[in-house]
Amino acid sequence: MIEYALTFAFGCFGIGLLCNLYRIFIAPGVVDRVLALDTMVINIIALLVLYGISTKTGMYFEAALLFAMTGFVSTVAYCKFILRGDIIE
Amino acid sequence: MDLAFEIIISGLLIAAGVFGIVGSFGLLKLPDTMTRLHAPTKATTLGVGGVLIASMLHFWVLENTLSWHELLITMFLLLTAPITANLIAKAHLHSFRADEKTSPTGSDRDWATFEDAAVEQQPMITGSGKNQNT
Amino acid sequence: MLRKLFPHPYLTLLLIITWMLLVNQIKLGSLVLAIILGTIIPIITGPYWPDRPVLRNPMAMIGYILVVLYDIVKSNFIVAGIVLFRRNSTLQSKWITVPLDLRSPEAITVLAGTITMTPGTVTADMSGDGRALLIHCLHAPDPDAVRDEIKSRYEARLKRIFE
Repeated sequence: MIEYALTFAFGCFGIGLLCNLYRIFIAPGVVDRVLALDTMVINIIALLVLYGISTKTGMYFEAALLFAMTGFVSTVAYCKFILRGDIIE
Repeated sequence: MDLAFEIIISGLLIAAGVFGIVGSFGLLKLPDTMTRLHAPTKATTLGVGGVLIASMLHFWVLENTLSWHELLITMFLLLTAPITANLIAKAHLHSFRADEKTSPTGSDRDWATFEDAAVEQQPMITGSGKNQNT
Repeated sequence: MLRKLFPHPYLTLLLIITWMLLVNQIKLGSLVLAIILGTIIPIITGPYWPDRPVLRNPMAMIGYILVVLYDIVKSNFIVAGIVLFRRNSTLQSKWITVPLDLRSPEAITVLAGTITMTPGTVTADMSGDGRALLIHCLHAPDPDAVRDEIKSRYEARLKRIFE
């Protein structure tokens, strides 16, 4: 039963990623693209954890944690750049 | 007993998947940037949270290895989601200041983002044209 | 002496818990390493936070976290409902100003984070003098009700915890 639920969740987050890609493609400005990238990062974390469940290894949590941190820092850096025109002042 | 946990885990996974796709769909459907900001910060946080709790239960009950990393990721996401949302909102206010009808502060000072922009007068990056509804 | 060794006891505790969660198993060796890290890091980074955050009532924090978690789950269903079943033309999104009674920076940070996580509201900005928050509502037919709910439900509790 878990296999079916896993497949369903994989499908949902995969379609979510495609939605985000389309949003990046049609976005009206830079801020929307940053927002879509941030959402992509969150979806990818979910996909990594799901893959960890389906292969029954705990190996992917470190990857997910690192991805969460890089995603957060990159979003902050993008926003800082839009706000200030510079990242490290 | 295992069957009960399997049902719980499957339910969590399905709920998480639904919330994840609603968050990404909201990003496509909602009319402008500030409303779009609501969809991912909320729906996706519970989506990822559901996946992480399901993973924790799965490894704990079915694999007999207690794993706390998921808790760490959940806490990290819950702590950082408001910060990214706030920064994105500030960047949006900065880029489209003229288009957003913000409410007054109630004192003689303006909002902090606008004050910073008035002080610095640096060349800024803005979005491509107006904040059109797509 | 104890104050000099542990300038920030909450930070030390947080570092120990985080390290133990990262290591993912309870062993004496990793606990010792966690305590060493939890002692050294606050001392080295001490110049960056000269003030100690004041927590009047740390136990009330648990109740607050439970209320916020419940609201996060509730807000997810509300926002999902709005995204799926409400037409964009009937959406009434508004900017709201929330005047602040809180003064300590930690309390305002927690309040802003809470507002972002809960039903249909995002904290966008703060006034230059730190006396008001700018909040964007996804769907708010009655902005005054939203403001009153934020003030009574979260700000009053935070005032009890921090000030």
